[in-house]
Amino acid sequence: MKRYLLIAAAVSILALLPLFLVPVYYLHLLILVLIWSFIGTSWSLMGKFGIVSLGHGAFLGIGVYATTVLWNFQGLTPWIGIPIGIALALLLALLIGYPAFRFRVVGHYFALITLALGEVVRLSIIAARNITGGSLGMTPDRVQPPTDVSWYALQFSDKRYFYVIALLCWLGALLIWRWVNRSMTRPALEAISEDEVAAASMGIHVTSHKLRITLLSAGMTALGGILLGLYNQYLNPSSLSGISISLEIVFLSIVGGMYSMLGPTIGAIITIVFRESLRTYFGVSLAGMSESIYGLLLIVSIIFMPRGIYGAVETWLKREPPPSTSAGADPDPDPSS
Amino acid sequence: MLKLTDISAGYGAFQALWGINLEVKTGEAVAVVGPNGAGKTTLLRVISGQIAPISGQIIFEERNLKDLAPHQFVEEGIAHCPENRRLFPKLTVEENLKMGAFIPSARNDYANRLIWVYQLFPQMLERRHQLAGTLSGGEQQMVAIGRALMSKPKLLLLDEPSAGLAPVIVMHVFDLVRRIREEGFTVLIVEQNIQQVLELVDRAYLLEVGTVKLDGTAEELKNNEFLRQAYMGL
Amino acid sequence: MALFDFFLLEAIINGILFGGVLALLALGLNLVFGVVDVIWIAYAELVMSGMYIIYTLHITWGWPLLLAAPMAIVGVGLMGLVVHRLIIAPILDTPPINQLLATGGLLFFLQNFATLIFGADFRNIGLSLPILQIFELYISFSRLLSFGAAVLGMIGLYLFLSRTYIGTAIRAVAQDREIMSLMGVNTKKVYLITSALAGAMAGLAAILLVLQQDVHPFIGFSFGPITFMICVMGGLGNLIGGFFAAFIISQIISIGSFYGSTELSYVIAFVLFIIVMFIRPQGIFKRNT
Ligand SMILES: Nc1ncnc2c1ncn2[C@@H]1O[C@H](COP(=O)(O)OP(=O)(O)O)[C@@H](O)[C@H]1O
Ligand SMILES: [Mg+2]
Repeated sequence: MKRYLLIAAAVSILALLPLFLVPVYYLHLLILVLIWSFIGTSWSLMGKFGIVSLGHGAFLGIGVYATTVLWNFQGLTPWIGIPIGIALALLLALLIGYPAFRFRVVGHYFALITLALGEVVRLSIIAARNITGGSLGMTPDRVQPPTDVSWYALQFSDKRYFYVIALLCWLGALLIWRWVNRSMTRPALEAISEDEVAAASMGIHVTSHKLRITLLSAGMTALGGILLGLYNQYLNPSSLSGISISLEIVFLSIVGGMYSMLGPTIGAIITIVFRESLRTYFGVSLAGMSESIYGLLLIVSIIFMPRGIYGAVETWLKREPPPSTSAGADPDPDPSS
Repeated sequence: MLKLTDISAGYGAFQALWGINLEVKTGEAVAVVGPNGAGKTTLLRVISGQIAPISGQIIFEERNLKDLAPHQFVEEGIAHCPENRRLFPKLTVEENLKMGAFIPSARNDYANRLIWVYQLFPQMLERRHQLAGTLSGGEQQMVAIGRALMSKPKLLLLDEPSAGLAPVIVMHVFDLVRRIREEGFTVLIVEQNIQQVLELVDRAYLLEVGTVKLDGTAEELKNNEFLRQAYMGL
Repeated sequence: MALFDFFLLEAIINGILFGGVLALLALGLNLVFGVVDVIWIAYAELVMSGMYIIYTLHITWGWPLLLAAPMAIVGVGLMGLVVHRLIIAPILDTPPINQLLATGGLLFFLQNFATLIFGADFRNIGLSLPILQIFELYISFSRLLSFGAAVLGMIGLYLFLSRTYIGTAIRAVAQDREIMSLMGVNTKKVYLITSALAGAMAGLAAILLVLQQDVHPFIGFSFGPITFMICVMGGLGNLIGGFFAAFIISQIISIGSFYGSTELSYVIAFVLFIIVMFIRPQGIFKRNT
């Protein structure tokens, strides 16, 4: 009971925070942190079971571009566009996931297939430059007549609306994480990530378990991309799909720790706060400096903290024996499971 | 030449050898026999440095080999012809032999040793440019032994050279081992073919679940009731 | 319209020339994969570093090009060594995905470090080589030069791998790494040498690319992914397979760009790759074990 009170208190503080945080800049950072935490959490749902996708940009991109194109050219409200965008991402995930899992494409090979998928989506967006603006990107049309708050177009000039939306999505992602952790899917997926053949021989339906978690992750990622697009009111193929953004999603989750519920969130906080502060510290004259340091941090953290920063802290707090090297063992067992 | 004292070894938490004492004198041929899973291969791996023992000592030519890295054992004069031959399937016969002569001393004398090995195994000469993976089992075993000989070892370790071969070929392989003995090599051989190997060696050890159950001269063991009943079906 | 479509022929020839460069790129990556069993996601960024080495030595420091270019081979070769020693070796025994991700971090670092030092501008070494004209065919001399150098590089690697002790050991490790110590071979050293060699191949590729393209920090993205696809399609670690896959992919891209758009031809190449992975996960050119 105490636990839930604590959680409720934390949530209300977070929700009330923007009322006290006057500077818009900090609100902006918070929103970015929430959206990226959401995306990182989505990716980690697969990653923590050893299904490493290097192509989540594909889902990120397809959802947001579909939603925006439908809005700009058909005048279709995002309320309908979003489900369509997510559905397309799910379809894509199905097309790639089903054969991949069916034919036991794992490890390096799965990573490279998804990497190719990210490129396919990015290049297709660029190729469809008539409607997407190609590599220059596109902007969702302003709602007509212009208003400050349009629930119909999901366009708000006040960032606080987005803050609440992003917060709700993020909380939703954490709930989903918890749900997956407590479900029967988790032990099955853990067995699969340990040894797929052995799991199959134990009667675990490998393809269907992997496919379900992949669909969940892809759909959530598509929603994350849509949030980014709606918030930024600008879409660009390389910042929403392709290898570059796909890797960033992975990095963020790994730095924080993909095996823990709050790991990706910590990763997003570290990534965004770290980069923003380095950027302000070094200024624009040293473009690349903050990212270089971040890159080094990544390498170091993978070598020395394969469970991520949050994972390392958690392990240390629990004084467990040193983390096993095998992917898939979760140090965050829920008391109830 | 080789003296193991109280050697224990294993894989991770699993212990496969328990306090083994074993000796091989210069010029001798010694066999290690025993059922599957007794730890024979593990024993050879310890001697060739593949596995560091948990405890005990390996003294080779008056030197303690404790601090050597696995790849340095060959230079000390221990060549190990592994279980299942383990040739490089996509290298030619000659390239496999070349790998056996990787250490500097062998490399400098490569041409002579190649001729010498081809004299020992004339069939290999015809097949020198064939991929090792395409050879028959018996031929592969010859190349594997030849590869181990390329370093002119002081001690040759053979792990079940007759495994998986047809009876005629098995005879042939034992013949080869006899010739290698006659060339003056010291040999430690692991075998399941107890009867045949006892004809070949001076002394033998019987290993059971990681411990030495029996040891003695070949003659003694041939007449040992326990060994005859349990392992030779006599 | 001529009897004969010269533009299409030109596209095919360019495809072959491009294929040579891709084949060389794939070779280095494949070598590391086959021997060390690691995928360097940052491989294309090593090539990019090599291009900047040439740029710096030739343009900024004024070295003659013939001196600056080989330094890319040396420099990137050293980088390959360092990458293995500092990043891969410490985590070689952890799940493979860690190595992939650690080199992913390196990719990120190299791109941004290049941005920090050189800025995001496109730079070139200011070399303009003539265009050859054969009948109505126009072939860029720099592409021809690159192709020739790529072929020479591949022959050189082939000779090294087949004639030398260490080259044979490199191939042997790829077949059975566990028994190498029985041969008296220090596998760690072989890994280091292989990594340096793969780096050197990336350095050579940098020379070929800098002859025909501008360099910028993110140039790796333009050929990196396709290089991975080629390696996998040829069968990871299979040098010959990678070689042929490079020409298949380069033809798809070249002819595809001729009839449609460049992006679409890449899309076709990637989709083909994905499909190949589903039906022949071991690559088109299966290793004949
Ligand atoms: N690589 C290994 N990892 C774990 N256990 C092993 C390994 N190799 C062998 N063993 C175990 O060690 C014991 C001895 O094996 P081995 O030395 O191969 O026996 P032998 O050669 O006499 O058949 C067996 O119980 C076997 O299961
Ligand atoms: Mg054995």
